[in-house]
Amino acid sequence: MTVRFSLNGESVAIDTDPTVTLLDWLRETRGLKGTKEGCNEGDCGACTVMVTDEGGARALNACILFLPQLHGKAVRTVEGLSGPNGAQHPVQSQMIEKHGSQCGFCTPGFVVSMAVGHLNGRADHDDVLAGNLCRCTGYAPIVRAAEAAAKEPVPDWVKDAPLEVEPLGFAPETADDLAAWYEAHPGGTLIAGATDVGLWVTKDLRDLGEVAFLNRCRDLQQIDVSDSAIRIGAGVTMADLMPLLRERFPSYAEMVRRYGSEQVRQAATIGGNIANGSPIGDNPPALIALGAKLHLRKGSERREMPIEDFFIDYGKQDRAPGEFVEAVTIPASAPHLRCYKISKRFDQDISAVCGCFNVSIEDGIVREARIAFGGMAGIPKRAAHVEAALVDQPWTEETVRSAMKEMGKDFTPLTDMRASDAYRLMAAENLLVRYFRDLTGGDVSVLEVTP
Amino acid sequence: MSVAKPVPHDSAALHVMGQARYVDDVPLPANAVHLAFGTSHVAHGRIRSMDLDAVSAAPGVVAVLTAEDLTHAVDVSPSPSPEPLLCGGEVHFAGQPIFLVIAETHLLARKAARLARIDIEELPAILTIEEAYEAGTIFEEGPRIYTRGNAASAIDAAEHVIEGSMDIGGQEHFYLEGQAAAALPQEGGDMIVYSSSQHPTEVQHKVADALGLPMNAVRAEVRRMGGGFGGKESQGNALAISCALAARLTGRPASMRYDRDDDMTITGKRHDFRIDYRVGFSSDGRIEGIEFLQLCRCGWSMDLSLPVADRAMLHADNAYFIPNMRVESHRLRTNTQSATAFRGFGGPQGMVGIERVVDHVAHALGRDPLAVRKANYYAPMGGEAQTTHYHMPVEDFILHDLTDRLVDASDYHARRAAVQEWNTANDVLKKGIALTPVKFGISFTLTHLNQAGALVHVYQDGSIHMNHGGTEMGQGLFQKVAQVAASRFGVDLDRVKISATDTAKVPNTSATAASSGSDLNGMAVKAACDTIRDRLAAFVAERAQAKASEVRFEDGMVHVGGESLSFDQVVKDAYMNRVSLSATGFYKTPKIVWDRIKGTGRPFFYFAYGAAVTEVVIDTLTGENRILRCDILHDAGESLNPAIDIGQVEGAYVQGAGWLTTEELVWDGKGRLRTHAPSTYKIPACSDRPDIFNVALWDGTNLEETIYQSKAVGEPPFMLGISALMALSDAVASCGDAYPDLDAPATAERVLMTARRVAS
Repeated sequence: MTVRFSLNGESVAIDTDPTVTLLDWLRETRGLKGTKEGCNEGDCGACTVMVTDEGGARALNACILFLPQLHGKAVRTVEGLSGPNGAQHPVQSQMIEKHGSQCGFCTPGFVVSMAVGHLNGRADHDDVLAGNLCRCTGYAPIVRAAEAAAKEPVPDWVKDAPLEVEPLGFAPETADDLAAWYEAHPGGTLIAGATDVGLWVTKDLRDLGEVAFLNRCRDLQQIDVSDSAIRIGAGVTMADLMPLLRERFPSYAEMVRRYGSEQVRQAATIGGNIANGSPIGDNPPALIALGAKLHLRKGSERREMPIEDFFIDYGKQDRAPGEFVEAVTIPASAPHLRCYKISKRFDQDISAVCGCFNVSIEDGIVREARIAFGGMAGIPKRAAHVEAALVDQPWTEETVRSAMKEMGKDFTPLTDMRASDAYRLMAAENLLVRYFRDLTGGDVSVLEVTP
Repeated sequence: MSVAKPVPHDSAALHVMGQARYVDDVPLPANAVHLAFGTSHVAHGRIRSMDLDAVSAAPGVVAVLTAEDLTHAVDVSPSPSPEPLLCGGEVHFAGQPIFLVIAETHLLARKAARLARIDIEELPAILTIEEAYEAGTIFEEGPRIYTRGNAASAIDAAEHVIEGSMDIGGQEHFYLEGQAAAALPQEGGDMIVYSSSQHPTEVQHKVADALGLPMNAVRAEVRRMGGGFGGKESQGNALAISCALAARLTGRPASMRYDRDDDMTITGKRHDFRIDYRVGFSSDGRIEGIEFLQLCRCGWSMDLSLPVADRAMLHADNAYFIPNMRVESHRLRTNTQSATAFRGFGGPQGMVGIERVVDHVAHALGRDPLAVRKANYYAPMGGEAQTTHYHMPVEDFILHDLTDRLVDASDYHARRAAVQEWNTANDVLKKGIALTPVKFGISFTLTHLNQAGALVHVYQDGSIHMNHGGTEMGQGLFQKVAQVAASRFGVDLDRVKISATDTAKVPNTSATAASSGSDLNGMAVKAACDTIRDRLAAFVAERAQAKASEVRFEDGMVHVGGESLSFDQVVKDAYMNRVSLSATGFYKTPKIVWDRIKGTGRPFFYFAYGAAVTEVVIDTLTGENRILRCDILHDAGESLNPAIDIGQVEGAYVQGAGWLTTEELVWDGKGRLRTHAPSTYKIPACSDRPDIFNVALWDGTNLEETIYQSKAVGEPPFMLGISALMALSDAVASCGDAYPDLDAPATAERVLMTARRVAS
């Protein structure tokens, strides 16, 4: 099977093993050495490339991007950022002007991220660049360069268009095709954004056997909004979900702003984040707090369940062989939803604790409480005792201070490299206090404090 | 003159175009082999048996080497204490290389390395500072002690005495380009090695030793590194040697790079410390005496730990004249990665120790820590110099004026009052502010390393080729030295070709380390340029019947008598008249003498200074914290390139603040590093830089005769990051009456736990 895409404006067709990464292919086969390997796990951004599809230009990490994911798309590497006769892209000339490179190894990844941000008119440079690590400059001159480049027009030569291509055998075009394939190959591996599965290959060095790539299933990428509910297809990327979250669930959006990085959010899907069952994924606690319903499908059979029921135990989900996550449905609004992500670093860090709170209050009395945490147990899990201590009580600091003491009954967290058990429990308790202050209008985030 | 101009990094255009070549980008002949290590999963043990059949049989494997396959005990250590390339009997840390896979591709080598079955009998492992201190497992025969006056009696006689102890975590370098090397076999068994190394001469030396060849049979070349920070001073030896051995064995080019997880698991990091202190002081904040106990975790081998620990002792005073001081240093051997050089080389840890003491003293007296700092500063330069605890006079102390200027520029006093007001008004989010100074000693403490060589050619078309022993790791050394060369000849900078560091061009070089790069190599290049320039001057002066001393080289012209000739024409004429247009240059730092055992002498040519004010905010519910603003005034003497120097200061501050806040290394109870990738080890990201970040250079000079009166700038500003830790301590202190005793790194967890302790 032949994967076709355009590379720096030139059409390429490759017969490939499905789990060859774009980075290895660029460097080892194509001899394009400008794109660098810094970590080989999508955390440093040195391998960032620009990928254009129907949704526009995205920055992606080439180290965890398999070649079949590019079928029908346009890829632009650092070598393709400069124009005819070597004319520099504005982000390139401004990086020189503002002294934005020192050792230069992260620089190709930075300029590609900056060029994508520039093309898309982004002014939130810290978010655009959160997935690019630099150890030399302290970032200040890089942001100065991004600000200066923003005043210059987008060069025509970086504007790519996707290609018309034939379907790929191992990349179904519809959910129906996927359902049929997966039912027939229940031992196969589904690959959506590859931000997790990619590491099975680059770090665990696993042979994935039979795989199916989901990114061509357009019908899994729909967001359907009705008056009462929003159905989000499993293939919706976190980046594509952001506009809706910003509009409807600003606190959830703020948490997702810090989830992974630009490159990760452009690849990672909400379905993947649920289906892998990770106890430290950030979507599940928010979805549990929202009272989301999960839609599973196997062949033509569909079933649904409250999302918290999907997570049975560490590494174990209520999912049959050949069954996959098709969508998740959430309420159309949740004004009291708040999501708090606690990690060592604000951006692009896995949560030590992720606490999501959604309390309904009528006449000063708590009528319903949905509180869920990531990082506190082997699965994303509700704080049942805390919820019970809140329901039917007056919504006061006293109630909250009394309910937080129940946290230890709900959770016995672990100590690991991210945090100790004691810290996790204490932070989780205190997040309930933060939630109370948040709903009552107090300052709750150091990120909102200005110098 | 091209010196003092803010020209961009020489490779900036190559960087942004993706055209700058790093070791793994160099095209190798198609039949190259690729290497990977198999490593120990146990921190301390004895290898009982090794079954490598599956490794050898794996696809693409050409050969597998163990210690037994080597002709002699191949040593990768930079120190006199040997460190085997592959361990055969006893393993000393989890991650230690045991065997080497030689395969057709990097991926196949990595895959094969996972197939080994190695049975290791586990032995008791010593992992922590406390365990090693208790067990007395140390390098050297006993602790080193540097002392001046009588600290114990001064403390006992003082009005106030406090004691404390502080843990200071290590730091992963996280150079973006991991360790990498390649070797190309030559005729007659000679070898060319490309290495991402700060120390090409050592690579040459170690490879020659491994191959049983004289050094003249091996050439090591380094064009650039994708970051070094000290992590490529010695840690690249193992890869370069492996490539050379594989190239000799197979007759094929060999290439090796560590995958990031391997890199972090195998290579050394910054030394972590515990520093205990006892200090006596007066009610006006004058410190009368201090006793420091510095416990330094060196890991399993000596590497560079002795000079690192020495430098920690040498910076235990930082900017303060402490009349009675005793520093006792233990270099602890543990079953962990061998800690190595990292920007500051022990200086930062020593300096954190004294800044902590000053902060603690100020807290005890209820005074602004800045007042206590200033009360204890060394005497300003110009008057009678006070001496350090290692008996070196401090003759160039500028921190009084520099601090005053920074206090004004940053509006320190008003902001400190505003922080206090904020903390009165806010019960959950608390702010803190701190100003900390830096005084950092410049020179290698191993005196013989303070030498450098250069080779300069002027070609007959007037173009200039420059080479010296320094290596480029992003710090802008090549450009600064090229600016020196262009200035000596009075020509434009673009006429000077910068070329890769090459042991065949300039021999017997020192590591590019200790911030010495431009001081040493700038002077060596100047000497080489001046030799050629003097020949040209003599030539044109003789022709014009003028004095050579009156010939001027300016703006691409050579002025002699009333005549002006283009540099090109003079060079062409000189060539036709058989004038030599090539020269070497040499430099050795004057004035330095040092006895590291006694702890007396003048280890440093001069000091570099700086100060920073950092303001932070913490959340007392979660411990989350961030830097709001930072103002820096830093001394680079008469800067060779203000843009590059400011870049060093900005980057160093963020790296220093990262070390003390989010960068946490975690080993499990079995001595396995759990933070071995950027997913778990968190260096600062873009948004972690201060919202307001004002960096300026001090407009002073260097009293000593350095290259154009500039000062070294690589390491000193790293320690400006200490102001972030002290600002966090200030914020935590606002939660109650007790002194915070905040350890580093001050992660959210540590801040929360400390705030809770202070409040209770």
